[in-house]
Amino acid sequence: MSLSLRGVRLRFPGFELAVDAEVRDKVVGLCGPSGSGKTTLLDLLAGLLLPTAGIIEVGDRRLTDVAADLHVRPRHRRVGYVPQGEALFPHLSVRGNLLYGFREKGIPFQHVVDTFEMAPLLERDVRSLSGGEKQRVAIGRALLSNPSILLLDEPLTGLDTSLKAKALPFFRRIREEFEVPILYVTHHRDEVLALCDRVLLMERGRIVEVVEPSRLRGATGESGTATSGGAPSR
Amino acid sequence: MTNVLALTLRTAALSTALILPPGLALAWLLARRHFPGKAVVETLVTLPLVLPPVATGLLLLELLGRNGPLGSMALRLFGLDLVFTWRAIVAAMAVMSFPLLVRSARVGFEGVNVRLEQIASTLGASRGRVFFTVSLPLAAPGVGAGILLAFARALGEFGATILVAGSIPGRTQTISVAIYQAVQLGHDREAYRLMGVSALLAFAAVFAGERLVRRGPH
Repeated sequence: MSLSLRGVRLRFPGFELAVDAEVRDKVVGLCGPSGSGKTTLLDLLAGLLLPTAGIIEVGDRRLTDVAADLHVRPRHRRVGYVPQGEALFPHLSVRGNLLYGFREKGIPFQHVVDTFEMAPLLERDVRSLSGGEKQRVAIGRALLSNPSILLLDEPLTGLDTSLKAKALPFFRRIREEFEVPILYVTHHRDEVLALCDRVLLMERGRIVEVVEPSRLRGATGESGTATSGGAPSR
Repeated sequence: MTNVLALTLRTAALSTALILPPGLALAWLLARRHFPGKAVVETLVTLPLVLPPVATGLLLLELLGRNGPLGSMALRLFGLDLVFTWRAIVAAMAVMSFPLLVRSARVGFEGVNVRLEQIASTLGASRGRVFFTVSLPLAAPGVGAGILLAFARALGEFGATILVAGSIPGRTQTISVAIYQAVQLGHDREAYRLMGVSALLAFAAVFAGERLVRRGPH
């Protein structure tokens, strides 16, 4: 993945996001305490929020350039976003959800269904799915929209340990089976170690360090290596 | 009575159908957007609920009369008279029931998780597709209840109707107007019969609306 955030700024009452980072890895973890701005950053990448300044590029595509008044609309960004919590359309079946953003020229439908073992779920009402099944459908749906990047916001939060253990292999399969880079928000070191090539540490609206997963100690903010105010990049 | 009932049902259905597109658009705007003058729009939308219906009727008479802006336009463009015709009934019913549709549909749209609409747009859906495939289906209980309440209100419309459409038997006499006429003429039995039918229709519409609201959004 090539993700470039240059001088990205956004201010809310009581919170300011100021991010500079550049990473070129397949799966990048985004870690930080609650309220550090992780979801806000994902919303900026997806085009759901407009920054007050800065440039956002994914791959060779410039998605936002405030100075040039460029803001690619969310529907044209090709960003597969799996937000926290309820992300599925409750009035559609699993198949309806999966096909919502399906693009023929992208990943074949059957390949995603097989990879995530969703064949028995296709006609089910999404409200009857377990937490882990819902996550698989949400990620499958995002992949089928042929994204150039996948944004996963704490996808395993809310799952108990056994469900988590079942879900992690599916995330590994995304790495192995699909050529889609991932920005993966998590609080958990085990997920980072299992999936990520690099980790962005975020605090109070800033990316304070870019580290190797093995350098991460415990949960985010406990790494002991984060420095404030800096904006290092690879 | 069959004529009266048929005219009432037809005009009520037509007025409800007519207010549906602008009503849903306005409900969505009020639920999802902030814009200058929003409070004024909200007040204007609610006004027919609190204004005396006869006052609303008087205003409509000014607008729809041959010398009014809308009435003269209809006459010039289509050669159609509006006042004292079924078209005036539809106009009166539409204005009086519009607030009920908008208020109920707005609550429906407010109950839809914004995140789902945003996700639909990241999946490549246009604004129109998001509205018709996510917002509207998820707001359906509120929208449906609004439609039924608006229809029920239209069925019972009297004050504005009698002013702009009068009480011409077979042409502009709706069920409410017919009840009034029957009482005036001392035809009590006819009045009670019409009242029974009217109550039954209103009960069915409101009951169905309440059931929809209780179902709530998904």
